Amino acid sequence: MTAELAAGIAQWLRRLGATVTGAVSQLGFAARFLIAVLWHTPHAFRRIHLTLREIYFTGVLSLVIILMSGLFVGMVLSLQGYETLKRYGADEQLGILVALALVRELGPVISGLLFASRAGSAITAEIGLMKTTEQLAAMEMMAVDPLARVVAPRFWGGVISMPLLAALFSAAGIFGGYLVGVRLIGIDAGAFWGQMQAGVDVWPDVTNGIIKSVVFGAAVSLISVFEGYIAKPTAEGVASATTRTVVISSLAILALDFVMTAFMFRGANAA
Amino acid sequence: MTIPRGKIVAIMGGSGCGKTTILRLIGGQLRPQSGQVRVGGQSVPDLPPSGLYELRRRFGMLFQFGALFTDMSVFENIAFPMREHTSLPEELIRDLVLMKLQAVGLRGAAQLMPVELSGGMARRVALARAIALDPLLVLYDEPFAGLDPISLGVVGQLIRHLNDALSITSIVVTHDVYESLKIVDYLYFVSEGRIVASGTPEEVHASSDPFVRQFVDGAPDGPVPFHYPAPAYREEILSRDC
Repeated sequence: MTAELAAGIAQWLRRLGATVTGAVSQLGFAARFLIAVLWHTPHAFRRIHLTLREIYFTGVLSLVIILMSGLFVGMVLSLQGYETLKRYGADEQLGILVALALVRELGPVISGLLFASRAGSAITAEIGLMKTTEQLAAMEMMAVDPLARVVAPRFWGGVISMPLLAALFSAAGIFGGYLVGVRLIGIDAGAFWGQMQAGVDVWPDVTNGIIKSVVFGAAVSLISVFEGYIAKPTAEGVASATTRTVVISSLAILALDFVMTAFMFRGANAA
Repeated sequence: MTIPRGKIVAIMGGSGCGKTTILRLIGGQLRPQSGQVRVGGQSVPDLPPSGLYELRRRFGMLFQFGALFTDMSVFENIAFPMREHTSLPEELIRDLVLMKLQAVGLRGAAQLMPVELSGGMARRVALARAIALDPLLVLYDEPFAGLDPISLGVVGQLIRHLNDALSITSIVVTHDVYESLKIVDYLYFVSEGRIVASGTPEEVHASSDPFVRQFVDGAPDGPVPFHYPAPAYREEILSRDC
């Protein structure tokens, strides 16, 4: 009996060990992959039309969903914020509430999540299908490195698009907040904009928001190209890689957001 | 196995016997666990990445289903290796692409996208792309798979003509005995990772080797068994464990 138990525990430990070493080696592979992509960065910028094309696909084509979501999020923020602020007679502060919430948190985070599900999944599926149909192998056999020709431009296209999308999301959100707060509820327009101008600082508020969106852009782009590149070359392989991109990206954004917020605004709160 | 310069050599074998692996070894996409791969006197697995890329510039490869870049037109697909590896002016690239397309008979299809091509046409475009940089060696991975009889003849003849006109060396990996016997200079038969027979088309026709006979005649059973390895039929049917 004891021997069986010991064998069971040993097997469980072995499986645990295999899972951990598998995860660690996967992480190491992703890190090496990132280094390889960065190594090929000059190529992505020397052949700038490749990167511009990716900015168009990931950035410009995401504009509608980003602007519409931003508008609605801003409108909801304004409605909810007004209800709460009114209780304390601080409804003049609505502008600053909407702007800070968007610029610091909601802009980068929600546009990051939308970016992962709209552009990230498309990048993974595209690279995965290129692998499945042997297009990447064909490129290698033509002495063209797919990391330089396919992966690096998509990575940098995402890194560049993401902060721009986050900024537009925040701008659309602030406009939505203005529509509801000033036009619908009837807060004084001067107070709305004036409080916002006085209360939102370029440093730390806007800059930190931009830093966050750049980090999210890099994380989502890396996850997207990596999952596509290692996808199993079958229909199920590409499907599960696409799902993993969205799930892992979303978790990464939320986790990174917590860590960055903790570092960025700790000093501000203490002061 | 040796592949003489300027000849067309076929590597034949059943599905899954490692034919495509041989091409990947030659192209350096895989490393051999043992043994050597030499191209033009250079050992492929020992080449550094830069040397490997240098070598591959002198290769052309035709993939099983063409592997055309689906986001580019036929013209751009063939121009791709030229744009990547040369700094030729645009007019010259245009002329070269049209010449390659003329050679495979698809000059009129230059502006089509790969999804608009039939299987045979895609194979011919991929062939034009494989010879875009006038390679020394062209590797064909199942060039005949899934083609109708007319396309089959067209692709077969193209392989022969291009080989002779451009003095290329060609390696054709295939299981289509009938088509390859018409065009190749020499055949190797591979089974379970070993060369089991070889010879010129005449020798193959006259061969009495059981493996070659099974392959050429398309017999369902022989040295290559019909059944995948399994426990004895009677015992498995009568056994009670599921």
